[in-house]
Amino acid sequence: MTDIPDPDIEVDSRGATCPGPLMDLIGTVKESDPGTVIKLQTSDSGSKNDVPEWLDEAGHELVEIVEEDDHWNIYIETT
Amino acid sequence: MTENILIVGAGTGGSVLANRLTDRLADEIDAGEASVTVVNDGEYQYYKPTYLYIPFGKKTVEDGKRHLDDLLNRRVERVNGRVTAIDTDEKQVELSRGNTQAYDHLVVATGASIVPEDVPGLAEGGHHFYAPDGAEALRDELAAFDGGHIVLSVIGVPHMCPAAPVEFTLMVEDWLRERGMRDDAEITYTYPIQRAHGIESVADWATSMFDERDINLETFFNAEEVNPGEQTIETMEGTELEYDLLVAIPPHSGSELVAEAGLGDNGWVDVDRNTLEATGAEDVYALGDVADVPTSKAGSVAHYEAGVVADRIASRVRGQRPTATYDGKTICFIEAGMDEATFIEFGYGDEPTVREPSQAIHWAKLGYNESYWLTARGLI
Repeated sequence: MTDIPDPDIEVDSRGATCPGPLMDLIGTVKESDPGTVIKLQTSDSGSKNDVPEWLDEAGHELVEIVEEDDHWNIYIETT
Repeated sequence: MTENILIVGAGTGGSVLANRLTDRLADEIDAGEASVTVVNDGEYQYYKPTYLYIPFGKKTVEDGKRHLDDLLNRRVERVNGRVTAIDTDEKQVELSRGNTQAYDHLVVATGASIVPEDVPGLAEGGHHFYAPDGAEALRDELAAFDGGHIVLSVIGVPHMCPAAPVEFTLMVEDWLRERGMRDDAEITYTYPIQRAHGIESVADWATSMFDERDINLETFFNAEEVNPGEQTIETMEGTELEYDLLVAIPPHSGSELVAEAGLGDNGWVDVDRNTLEATGAEDVYALGDVADVPTSKAGSVAHYEAGVVADRIASRVRGQRPTATYDGKTICFIEAGMDEATFIEFGYGDEPTVREPSQAIHWAKLGYNESYWLTARGLI
């Protein structure tokens, strides 16, 4: 398992439906410096695909996706 | 003892709620056991869906404006003022004149605001149709347009009227075609996520319409900066587009009041999505655009939410257990050009079906816009 760094920012988007979690993440990335680790909490299963796809497009790094009981924690690092 | 119900904001949600409450609680109000007060910053209500038609010269700002005295039931006590603070411990609000207004039940219906200044260069370099002055400026700009690249960029999500960006794009394409200018214009629609709209079926429908009408689609397009001098728009993803006319859906914000009162960090009120009761305070509700629920920021949402909140507060005033709940019901008409439209209807978690556009639905949309004032009065 990847060693997950402690997040600098946590974004709780649980309960929001698409595109809420991705837009919450994009808004947070926009305000963040390079090297910021963000933990996105999402209960929308679509986030598992659309977040990595956007990270790839925008050039940020996907650190890990961790499945919890009722949501996912997606860790990313801005570049 | 009088149960004081205080509504902040007299937009669609606030006015429907006030009128429904005075209808349900007429006897209690007449007996002095309940009161309904609306505080609004200004004397008028503005019906924002009208603004979509202003750039094409089909409507005016005045068409979407009514004095609140024409809309609110005579049992509603109306206060013209701006709320500057909400104190949920003391159960009162502060007004800009320095006085306070106490409540037993508070409803926050302050709507959403546009903040184009959040994107550098956007206010100077872009146009929008989300406020009267913007819609009128865009009308003048379109009238003078003699060809080039029109970019419709959805920057703010969530935004009011979820279908409006797609509608504007299809309408401007049709409008140019009717004027014999379609060949002189390139049209591009941009959206922040991986498809053309947040709702998947609308995205699929819009994509096929764009394809059919030779409209470019750019996805994963999150505007970072507009350069009015160069007439370019740059994104977080590294894309740059040149434009001759930029029409943007600006970033939106909730209310500072909400954040300062501890009702929601980002200015949208955190509520239970079914009861619309605030999670951060007792006897506080939110409805319309300011309520953070997982559906669209649309007039129909405010309308249906207002019925639910009216039922719940009326039950509480009568000492009964409230049972009414909101299931996310949303209806949006979607213009597919200048003379045809479709509509969608859905609830929480539903994927709507987009029907074949028709002239009949277009007329239904225009007809509803005229009869909207009956909705505001709580009649339909």
